[in-house]
Amino acid sequence: MLKILLSRLGQCLLMAWSVGTLTFILTRLLPGDMAYKIATGRYGDDAVSTAAANAVNAELGLDRPAFQQYLVWLGDLITGDLGTSLVTGAPVVHELQNQMSFTLVLASRAILAAALIAFPVGLLCGAKAETVPDRASLITSTFIRSQPVFCLGLLLIFIFAMELNWFPVAGFGSAEYAVLPVLTLALSLAAVSNRVVRNSTRQAVNSAYFHFARIKGLSYAQAFTRHVIPNVIVPGLAFMGIQLIGLIEGVIMVESLFAWPGIGHGLSHAVFARDIPMLQGTALVMGMLFVAINTLVDISQHYLDPRTRLDN
Amino acid sequence: MTAPRQIIFLFLLSSLILACTPAPKDTTLHISGPFEPVNLDPASAGYMFTRMQIIETLVDVDNDGNLIPGLATSWKSNADLTRWTFHLRPGVTFHDGTMMDAESVRKSLAVALGKPAPFPVDIVTNIEIVDPLTVSFTLKAPYRPFPSLLSNYTTAILSPASFGKFNRMKALIGTGPYEITDFIPPHNIKAKRFEKYRNGPATIESVDYVTGHRSETRALMVRTGQADIVFNLDPPATEMLKQDPDVNVHTRFIPRTTLVKLNSGNEKLSDVRVRQALSLAIDRQAIAEGILHVKGAEANQLFGPSMGTWHDASLPPLATNIEEAKTLLDEAGWKLRDDGIRYRDGKPLSLSMITYANRPELITIATAIQAQWREAGVELAVHMENASAIPSGHSDGTLETALLARNFANIPDPLGILLADFTSVEGGEWGPMNWSNERVFSIVNQLASGKPDDNYYVLQKELISTLNEDMPLIPVAFYVQQSATSSRVRNFSFDPYERSFRIDQMRFQSK
Repeated sequence: MLKILLSRLGQCLLMAWSVGTLTFILTRLLPGDMAYKIATGRYGDDAVSTAAANAVNAELGLDRPAFQQYLVWLGDLITGDLGTSLVTGAPVVHELQNQMSFTLVLASRAILAAALIAFPVGLLCGAKAETVPDRASLITSTFIRSQPVFCLGLLLIFIFAMELNWFPVAGFGSAEYAVLPVLTLALSLAAVSNRVVRNSTRQAVNSAYFHFARIKGLSYAQAFTRHVIPNVIVPGLAFMGIQLIGLIEGVIMVESLFAWPGIGHGLSHAVFARDIPMLQGTALVMGMLFVAINTLVDISQHYLDPRTRLDN
Repeated sequence: MTAPRQIIFLFLLSSLILACTPAPKDTTLHISGPFEPVNLDPASAGYMFTRMQIIETLVDVDNDGNLIPGLATSWKSNADLTRWTFHLRPGVTFHDGTMMDAESVRKSLAVALGKPAPFPVDIVTNIEIVDPLTVSFTLKAPYRPFPSLLSNYTTAILSPASFGKFNRMKALIGTGPYEITDFIPPHNIKAKRFEKYRNGPATIESVDYVTGHRSETRALMVRTGQADIVFNLDPPATEMLKQDPDVNVHTRFIPRTTLVKLNSGNEKLSDVRVRQALSLAIDRQAIAEGILHVKGAEANQLFGPSMGTWHDASLPPLATNIEEAKTLLDEAGWKLRDDGIRYRDGKPLSLSMITYANRPELITIATAIQAQWREAGVELAVHMENASAIPSGHSDGTLETALLARNFANIPDPLGILLADFTSVEGGEWGPMNWSNERVFSIVNQLASGKPDDNYYVLQKELISTLNEDMPLIPVAFYVQQSATSSRVRNFSFDPYERSFRIDQMRFQSK
């Protein structure tokens, strides 16, 4: 257990350094004069001018050598200072806290909702493989997965906001605003994970140990609960951990569609405005989130799967 | 739990979630637009805080672009237009309860003129307090449109308590009919009415602005009643909303023109016949009706119909004539080859065009122009960029052509724009480039020093027609702003200069 945590901590530190450095290099490789892009972010399309770009350049010292700026950033990172946003002038930490609180609401509920959809559906389809519900689930999953998450979101808006008028179209403020973005993300995640669960279930149901359990006298329900579900949850959870990359990708689109003020939206804006401190901060937090969730998955595996404890 | 039980549980759970329906309608006006206020600084996001009527400027602008009193009641200049005196409105209270006086005006403007703005900020050399309600400005050179600069959002008057250390923004304390109560940049501004507003408190109690990043989202927000007013809708969204009896769509020309910026110093574009040919090859009517879905949006001059005497309504539409375009290009020495492209001295007539993503129609128009120019034998490569690529390309000289939507409302007196962009060969970053026309330069200087008498209007007309002949910029379409309101909003009016949402004039329909 301690070993898992220590190795994850090491990964986290390495990740912080590499993500920050990579972001720094990549942003500098993007075409166009940074000062102009920052000036556009700050003063808007109509007011961007060479004078504004020069003022930005002078204020931020963008003409200093790149390695000097990089060393300053690295020094600040070690002391825990993420700097201030080049566009808004606010501390990056403050902005991230704000955005993170919104994204965490979205992401955590989406994962939970995805699990609540994927496991029951997957278990049912696996147990009744090659029947009508199984085929229906395959078609629905393929349909959902082949949509860009943006289209799926629009579809849900049309059904639940326009036709049924149950939820608001976009915005934030109270719980009902979160339902459609959460559902969009959850459906897109569950579309794949329910098939993974289904395949594991099918494998377990057809396995020798399941048949043995039945032969030794357990009812189907008893054998299913004791021998299938534990064998499905482990790969299912591991897969959901991997899926988080997709979640982060989806968050950017979903936040933009539903006007949700989270980190995905902040990230896309930071790219356009060449807001390097914001970009580094956002990438850092997203990377750490990724490591943290995978750690949680590891820990739950450790408790759910007796074999991992045996190895130790 | 067995599988069927899990399904029943899931069904119950989802029913529970679905039972939470949106809150009933409130007394808050909900607005959504694409504008992203990034911070409290008027230099960055002032355009948003003036629209929300939180901050105000010394000079205001009416629907036709005429300057009218704002926080200043009157102004005058000395004979040579280098010293301007402004008389302030008495009895103006800031949201923190303090009174506006000459010192607060001086402080606000001194800070504002130290930051970038969409006009030359270094024109003011001194701000002097004459008496508690009079301020005078000394300029480094005569400048007739000076009062119009003080209508720009960057010059809003703030309470001295707004500024912290090093004059950094600490709070936004203005004089408008609404005061800010909550701000989550760049997503949300909440404001409530200012009870001590000089004209009495507004009818609508509170306002909630939410940034709706996509036009589709905003259209759906107004359709479901989640938003009362939505701004900047694209043509497909507008068509959809027109079918809805509970939504009113408002269409209005604004002082913004979509135009092609040309680098007249470029060897391919320095010949006026080439510039005229490029203009003749553009089918403006098709762009207006096919892309913008607005009849009559095709531009036949630089300034649009909302710009008073700077627009000449008697001018005929700019012709589309591909044959004449081909003849002009032939005359200019560009001969058509088998590959469908024109060549001169072995070099192809191929151009690059910069445009930007924030205005989604621009890329579609650029693609249409690409096809239309190709018919005349001109090859065009379109580059989708950030808006800053235009000033950047102008300043380093690499720009050949650019498609842009020029905002003429930043300085409501077009004379300010003409003086900045049309008096030297350098031109303007959002205007002409490496273009010289002594007659135009001289007209603009005459207009800047003369009085608005009969001759003034004659000169204006001559200026407009000379620009159409020499084509330093190719006008493509006048900008139309589409907004929509829900049926409960009364007295909505759209400010063509986009300075104010005019919330204080609105009310909700009584039930």
